[in-house]
Amino acid sequence: MTGVGYSDLLAALAPETALVLAAVAVLFVDMGLMRSAPLRQRFLTACAVAGLGCLVTLGILASSGAHLRFLDGVLVVDSLTQWVKVFLVVLTLFTAGISAQAEFTEHVGEYFALVLLATVGMMFLVSTEEILMIFVSLELTSLSLYVLAALDKRTRHASEAALKYFLFGSVAAAFTLFGLSLVYGLSGATNLTGIAAGLRAHRSDPLLAVAVVMVIMGFGFKVAVVPFHLWAPDAYEGAPVPAAALIASGSKVASFFVLAKIAVLGFAGVEGSGAWGQLRAGWLPVLAVLAVGSMVLGNLTAIAQGHLRRLLAYSAIAHAGYVLLGLMAMGYPSQRSAALAAVLYYVATYGLTTVGAFGVASVIERVLGNGRIDALAGLSRRSPLLALCLMVFLLSLAGIPPLAGFFGKFGLFTAAMGADPAGLGLLWLVGIAIAMSTVSLYYYLRVLKQAYVVAGDEEASRIVVPWTDRLVLIAAAVGVFLLGALPELLLGPLARAIAGGNGF
Amino acid sequence: MFAWTIYISFAGVAVLMLLPRDQGGRARWVALGTALAGAIAAFGGAFQYQAGSGLQTIARTSWIPSLGIDYHLAVDGISVTLILLTAVAAVAGILFSWNITGRAKEFFAFYMALIGGVYGVFLSFDAFVLFVFYEIAIIPKYFLIAIWGSTRKEYGAMKLALYSFAGSALVLIGLIGTFVVARSQTGVPTFDLTALAQVDYPESFQRWALPLVFVGFGILAGLWPFHTWAPTGHVAAPTGASMLLAGVVMKLGAYGCLRVAMTLFPAGLRHWQTEIAVLAVVGIVAGAMTALVQKDFKFVIGYSSVSHMGFVLLGLATLNEVGLSGAVLQMFSHGVIAGLLFAVVGRMVYDRTHTRQLDELEGMRLARAMPFAAVTFVLAGMASMGLPGFSGFVAELQVLIGSWRAFPTAGLAAGVGIVLGVAYLLRALQRAFFADSAGDARGEPAGEAIEPISLPERAGAILLLGATLAIGLYPRLLLDFIAPSVTSLIQGLERGGGS
Repeated sequence: MTGVGYSDLLAALAPETALVLAAVAVLFVDMGLMRSAPLRQRFLTACAVAGLGCLVTLGILASSGAHLRFLDGVLVVDSLTQWVKVFLVVLTLFTAGISAQAEFTEHVGEYFALVLLATVGMMFLVSTEEILMIFVSLELTSLSLYVLAALDKRTRHASEAALKYFLFGSVAAAFTLFGLSLVYGLSGATNLTGIAAGLRAHRSDPLLAVAVVMVIMGFGFKVAVVPFHLWAPDAYEGAPVPAAALIASGSKVASFFVLAKIAVLGFAGVEGSGAWGQLRAGWLPVLAVLAVGSMVLGNLTAIAQGHLRRLLAYSAIAHAGYVLLGLMAMGYPSQRSAALAAVLYYVATYGLTTVGAFGVASVIERVLGNGRIDALAGLSRRSPLLALCLMVFLLSLAGIPPLAGFFGKFGLFTAAMGADPAGLGLLWLVGIAIAMSTVSLYYYLRVLKQAYVVAGDEEASRIVVPWTDRLVLIAAAVGVFLLGALPELLLGPLARAIAGGNGF
Repeated sequence: MFAWTIYISFAGVAVLMLLPRDQGGRARWVALGTALAGAIAAFGGAFQYQAGSGLQTIARTSWIPSLGIDYHLAVDGISVTLILLTAVAAVAGILFSWNITGRAKEFFAFYMALIGGVYGVFLSFDAFVLFVFYEIAIIPKYFLIAIWGSTRKEYGAMKLALYSFAGSALVLIGLIGTFVVARSQTGVPTFDLTALAQVDYPESFQRWALPLVFVGFGILAGLWPFHTWAPTGHVAAPTGASMLLAGVVMKLGAYGCLRVAMTLFPAGLRHWQTEIAVLAVVGIVAGAMTALVQKDFKFVIGYSSVSHMGFVLLGLATLNEVGLSGAVLQMFSHGVIAGLLFAVVGRMVYDRTHTRQLDELEGMRLARAMPFAAVTFVLAGMASMGLPGFSGFVAELQVLIGSWRAFPTAGLAAGVGIVLGVAYLLRALQRAFFADSAGDARGEPAGEAIEPISLPERAGAILLLGATLAIGLYPRLLLDFIAPSVTSLIQGLERGGGS
């Protein structure tokens, strides 16, 4: 598009601008006005400001019909990216909500500002089709998240987790950058469509194979798929709960979206094949290997976990494996839009469920002082609300209808199975995925058994859930239930946005 | 009318969850009221339904258009039969759970959620909707057993949940495969069962899809050798839950085999017909033989359920009208009788004597202490053995005739199973209630303070006995519903054979 004026650009970027302003406002309010207030009030105030910023951003996203394609894809704004941004901001809002009662750091303003800045990074990440811009926004997100993960300096455990996350993440960034530079060297272009055109002449170049693998590896770290998952359990367990929630939800949504864009748009023509017995080199078989590894290892390892957040980490690894099936389905043009809708529905509802589960974990850890699964004993008596919310979130993760996780998996598996209808080529992957979901029910039920079946200490008092947490948990649980019972609420708009977009 | 059974049940769940914490007594009345309201809706619907009028759509609205999924509820004679069974079993199960005091409102909330899911499965005519309700029914079972159960309850509950979930995983693979193949043939995405049944699936596809879906559902129906969850689950469950498990949940599996696996893949069914019949017969005989040597009273009934569900599966495998309508009638009959047997063993005997070991019961002379329980068990045992006048007779006779036509050997073996059934029931009956040698030596019965059989128990027992007697004496009450639907089902199967 030519003739993009500064005002058009500003209109298209209004949501991001609003969030940046909110970040500045949080810093100002907390460091300027609230400096001497008690920690509790500072957290509540900063949370209110950040939440207000998110709500304003949501309002802008909902009202603006901006459509922009700037400089060959440096900035792409259409109704699809608006939707993904809505997911991101909602997840950020929930993350802010579960931080309202936190007490892990003195740096309240910085904390909320970093949460908002990480979200801005994610929002840029989803609205670009240019590899330099992708890398820059990825770094904005990652650096904010590294600091967030390290904010809790009270325990060695947390510092170890933060260091691990940082080291793995920076190595991953290096891989991504190396891969992207190879891609640029081969294709001579930095925007994804140009890359796809440029790579057409190099399909059998071994360097291309290296480039594809490197790029996927880099993003593999971000979304935590086997064998690049090692940081996840430590970071999920050690980082402050809300930071971990953001890493597990919003960051995943953005990373999967951009990975799909790179693979489908940038590596168009080098799909190869992931069908059983006909594996051909390309990005499909790479994803197939990662998917199988994640689904099998994630689910089996989760069985042995004793810490709730660690269990969620391994389950997240497994879920990343399921999403890869959806990405693979997008490699087949006939199913592309259906698969994209399924993937987005899945990551959005998964993010919501995960934030909810982390919210439950944060209340429990604050009250009980530890997040082990054994500590949940008697939860249904001490707090029926927490137990019920935990049940909703975990059963949704296990894929039990009418919760969102069920339809999410169903959509992914249907898309993957339908990708190659004649030969049912991805049947083997879907088979593994469904078999592994069965395994997953075991460990989710183990947690719920502690909460509902095991009696626990009779003397233990009731757990008081603060109103902010109650609000977030109920909203997330209702959302998980509603989106599961009426998937069309989300699928319909997504399908329309995809149909109205540029073929992605 | 029928659709209200689902909504009433789930509304009951919501009401129960909102009850204040310390109202155990109120919870059971709410549950009973809900179950009765559901039963009224079920019977009202059955009166409105014209027997022989084929498939009647109750509700149909678009749910997920992009995948062609409709919220489609419909009934034919087969579903009507099973809905009536659910209504009866739900009410009886609550009557026999009247003594639940610990966390009563949660118990009844899970209970009604299970009932709602069961009604939903029997009413769905869209494969996706059916599957959703089928899955909804899994989780309440786990908690019912794990929280309120007895012997090795957590093991039994988890085993049952994982078996059920594994079964539904197989079904899910089959269903998605069917959807994809049907869409690539017709170009129209749909999960509607009637529409899917019109598609001519390639025979190679049917050959692997049928066993997947049939075994997937069959796990819940106690298909040998995947039946082992049933005895452990039944034994661990509290009485009301065992009655539902054996009474209606196992029927979910058999109904899924019939409604989904068989109607969609007739060619696959003919290919695997013999194998299914063999597994069914092995289940009948092995279940009966295992029941014969059990020391635990409840395990006897648990294994007898496996044996009797074998008759259902055998009836399905015969593929003739007599056999199929026998199978459906057997689903009803076994649902009622197994519920009654579990009620006697779990509620009347175990809750009072606190033992289920036949060796220990032998000394208690329960026939004198609890004449009502003894009489009920004798009548239920007679029904279970298949004596004329009870529903079991009509149902198993039809299955035997059907299988005699299709597989004479299997018919003979199933006959052996019936004889064994007489043996294990008489053994259990004699040792638990009428053993007097040991009792004479000890004088008075051990449990001097055995509380009398309560009114809800009597009401529940009479309800279930009435149901089995009514069908035994006048089987046309149900056969008029079943027969026309079975006829049209068989016509549908033959259509698939023409290609």
